[in-house]
Amino acid sequence: MKMDSEVLRIPALDVAALRRDFPLLAECVNGKPLVYLDNAATTQKPQSVLDTLMHYYAHDNANVHRGVHTLSQRATDKYEAARARIAKFIGGVSTQEVIYTSGTTSGINLVAQSYARPLLREGDDVVISAMEHHSNIVPWQLVCLQTGAALKVVPVNDAGELEMDEFERLLGPRTRIVAMTHVSNALGSITPIAQIIKLVHDAGAVVLVDGAQAIAHVGVDVRTLDADFYAFSGHKIFGPTGTGVLYGKAALLDRMPPYQGGGDMIRSVTFEKTEYNELPYKFEAGTPNIAGAIGLGAAIEYVERVGVGAIAAYEDELLAYATRRAAEVRGMRVIGTARQKAAILSFMLDGVHAHDVGTILDNQGVAIRAGHHCAMPIMERFGVAGTARASFALYNTFEEVDALFDGIARVQRLFK
Amino acid sequence: MTSDLRDLYQEVIFDHYKRPRNNRALEEANHHAQGHNPLCGDKVTIYVKVDDGVIQDVAFEGSGCAIATASASMMTEALKGRKLEDVEKLFHGFHDMVTSPPDAESPPLGKLDALRGVREFPARVKCATLAWHTLQAALRAHDHPVSTE
Ligand SMILES: Cc1ncc(COP(=O)(O)O)c(C=O)c1O
Repeated sequence: MKMDSEVLRIPALDVAALRRDFPLLAECVNGKPLVYLDNAATTQKPQSVLDTLMHYYAHDNANVHRGVHTLSQRATDKYEAARARIAKFIGGVSTQEVIYTSGTTSGINLVAQSYARPLLREGDDVVISAMEHHSNIVPWQLVCLQTGAALKVVPVNDAGELEMDEFERLLGPRTRIVAMTHVSNALGSITPIAQIIKLVHDAGAVVLVDGAQAIAHVGVDVRTLDADFYAFSGHKIFGPTGTGVLYGKAALLDRMPPYQGGGDMIRSVTFEKTEYNELPYKFEAGTPNIAGAIGLGAAIEYVERVGVGAIAAYEDELLAYATRRAAEVRGMRVIGTARQKAAILSFMLDGVHAHDVGTILDNQGVAIRAGHHCAMPIMERFGVAGTARASFALYNTFEEVDALFDGIARVQRLFK
Repeated sequence: MTSDLRDLYQEVIFDHYKRPRNNRALEEANHHAQGHNPLCGDKVTIYVKVDDGVIQDVAFEGSGCAIATASASMMTEALKGRKLEDVEKLFHGFHDMVTSPPDAESPPLGKLDALRGVREFPARVKCATLAWHTLQAALRAHDHPVSTE
């Protein structure tokens, strides 16, 4: 079935124009035009980000915060301007509260080791959900081992929604921190994160939000949410790999010991005593990914220009269309049918392993992810070893959804 | 279907995928091991019964993709009655066949040749070799030393 353009609202995005901003989308794969539907793994980069990286290395490259020469000042200015842009983008927070990291994973580890580890005692609880990415599970397991605290897991229902009753039951006087995804990378579920944060605060604990899958797809305002910590990766929002941000409330960050020691994170060092630098530098030891951070700033600028609201609305239509088409395919089961979902269609085909789906689609130029999506516990919850997952971004089209379903039909013909 | 895909998904492969041979636990096994493909989470268990240096029986449990399942199934058929000293050679022959560049010569391996197309799909080599690596682990397992008298 092709879409009926008369019934559908005209998308507010000029997707054809946007696509021209992303050089990689013009690639051919296996002789077919690339249909890139693996955006939850990483997104492609617009020309403006590529140009920014190139320009930085060709004209501005120098170390930051440590030179009196012009280039060092220029690099520092751009590095800090990117931070200011990010601070504004995530809800108008202070730049002191925006810590550059290498990605979501390192942001979560920072909080686990610098916030949670000194705080946790035997008998304390750390709460996560059953649909976390491994990078929001393992750092908590480690800190629980280090401190004797217990890890509690909020279950999800058959649709892939958090069981909020269970969540409330798990919260107690010994809950110290709740680490929760904003959008599940395996299922696409959007968690009721504002409500979660409220409940956790009422219970006297703090919340770390894993925003890896939310940042490019749903608007994020950490101030309105009242999130204590919010971590995301640059590469999932059209920025360079090896970049990321940890937002943390200044009041919490102030009290935390540094995560790593080195240059930039100190004010003065003697062998007797070291005084740490102010926020956010206390948490940025060593020469950072300067070009990457500036590139991330350019990526955020790109997203602001397109408009987060327009992106979310357009992706909702893509997902709704894909979900409708999925319902028409015999032998196709969507894993993750939460009422609130973002940009992800995880599925199984009867009698076909996800790996085979991935290979055959790839042969058609359609790139999806097949496997456990670094979320093995939620795969087990749904009784599958892995799923095939199509994940969308602002540059995907309805025709690409059709290409996905043409590919799925081909898989089913082969395996019938 | 393009020619490469047809090389990978041959009829024999589908046949073994849909009706895997020796797909069961083997109670009389004196060697067994579990294999795991971390990429997709697939697991396989290989059971071998060795007597007088000869593989008397071999079976596998687990479910995976078409390539992994067919490869395990075909492996069990290829192994029955083989001398242990031939198994190593067969392993290397198979490994070479699925990892050599598409235009390279590699010696024919009888029915196992059906998996030759895997070498055009580097991402799937691990699927094809999982059962074989697990077989090696089973035969080398210390708690069940290989009997070669
Ligand atoms: C929900 C979620 N959390 C965390 C991560 C880890 O992100 P990174 O590998 O960029 O640190 C990912 C990335 O796959 C993710 O989807």
